[in-house]
Amino acid sequence: MIPAPFDYVRADSADAALAALREHGDDAKLLAGGQSLLPLMKLRLATPGVVVDVSRAADLAYVREDGDVLAIGALTRHCDIVSAEVVTAHAPLLAHAASGVGDRQVRHRGTIGGSVAHADPSADLPTALLALDASYVVRGPAGERTITATEFATGFLETVLAPDELLIEIRVPKATGEAWGYQKFTRRAIDWATVAVAVQARGGGTAISLGNMGSTVLRAASAEAALAGGASAADAAQHADDGTEPAADVTASADYRRHLARVLTKRALAAAGRS
Amino acid sequence: MNVTLTVNGVSHTVDVEDRTLLVHLLRDHLGLTATNIGCDTTSCGACTVLLDGESVKSCTVLAASVDGQSVTTLEGLADGERWHRVQEGFRAKHGLQCGFCTPGMVMAAVSLLAENPSPTAAQVREGLEGNLCRCTGYHNIVAAVLEAAEGSVAR
Repeated sequence: MIPAPFDYVRADSADAALAALREHGDDAKLLAGGQSLLPLMKLRLATPGVVVDVSRAADLAYVREDGDVLAIGALTRHCDIVSAEVVTAHAPLLAHAASGVGDRQVRHRGTIGGSVAHADPSADLPTALLALDASYVVRGPAGERTITATEFATGFLETVLAPDELLIEIRVPKATGEAWGYQKFTRRAIDWATVAVAVQARGGGTAISLGNMGSTVLRAASAEAALAGGASAADAAQHADDGTEPAADVTASADYRRHLARVLTKRALAAAGRS
Repeated sequence: MNVTLTVNGVSHTVDVEDRTLLVHLLRDHLGLTATNIGCDTTSCGACTVLLDGESVKSCTVLAASVDGQSVTTLEGLADGERWHRVQEGFRAKHGLQCGFCTPGMVMAAVSLLAENPSPTAAQVREGLEGNLCRCTGYHNIVAAVLEAAEGSVAR
């Protein structure tokens, strides 16, 4: 299988990418590591007229500390997040989630910004970043704006990004020494999550996010509220699927996904030391 | 468009369609057919090659994206008549049956050992999660990679 014809444009910096987006408008699609986009293009589910390749934009590949925040360039690869000491020290949930994306080959190509911008609700990194209260820095013709992880995805593979905007940085508030848990259920090792649950403790509170329990990644608001109100982890986990509308597909029925959300939330809370 | 890349130590400039995938550049333009196309959906790993020394699935990389980079395929592993130690490991432990997955398995193993020179059996199994063998040959494949990891040959 090969993609439908397109014109290839290489953009080796954020500025070059923005210029290409300005020139080609709605017809252009940004290509980062390509581990989600290229399969869609090969299946002709995506047929962009122009592909703007930012995979070698070195100015967007970095992990650095910025006070109480980890600043991660959008073109940082999964394998580099897994091995970055500042990530394992200050956001171990993110490093762990990155270590389970696809397989080693995929992690050598795929990028955190590509995963976030693709907005697949079953993806590991957006699920973890939502529990970490991350925010996303976006650059466009009018300058930069920062969008919270909660506000970023608007639907299945849909985000608030405008066609002429580029995701440049992921900002993760440090969670140094805080407990966390991540549970991902798959039928095969390299599958996307049937359901995933991320738990991040922070300052006495506990955030819980759900992967593949709706058209976007979601916070388990009822379960979080139950915990905050003094419920046990087991009781709170029973509310993990409250208000969700998970899809039914070849891997799981909607009811099975709800069951998984409750069980995996309980296990992720236990991993984070909540019982 | 022209893509210039180094494959197995030799520089090539190839005129390809913009949409050409790396695996097709290798197989159809350079005639390097050790790299197989299996699932064609980023799952099976049969098309695994090294890109600047790291394993990637060449069915899911645009040829244009690797302009200026270095690719190693199975054909580039041996040093003349002398096999790479991972190839030797697969022979010693009979790490194959039909052989279709083997080029990808070997390249994935080379990359794995570059990042983790002394893996446990469990780490080998996990490290090869992106490569499927349908002859149920995983047991001997893991043994082959461990053999290569323990081998005393410098390469």
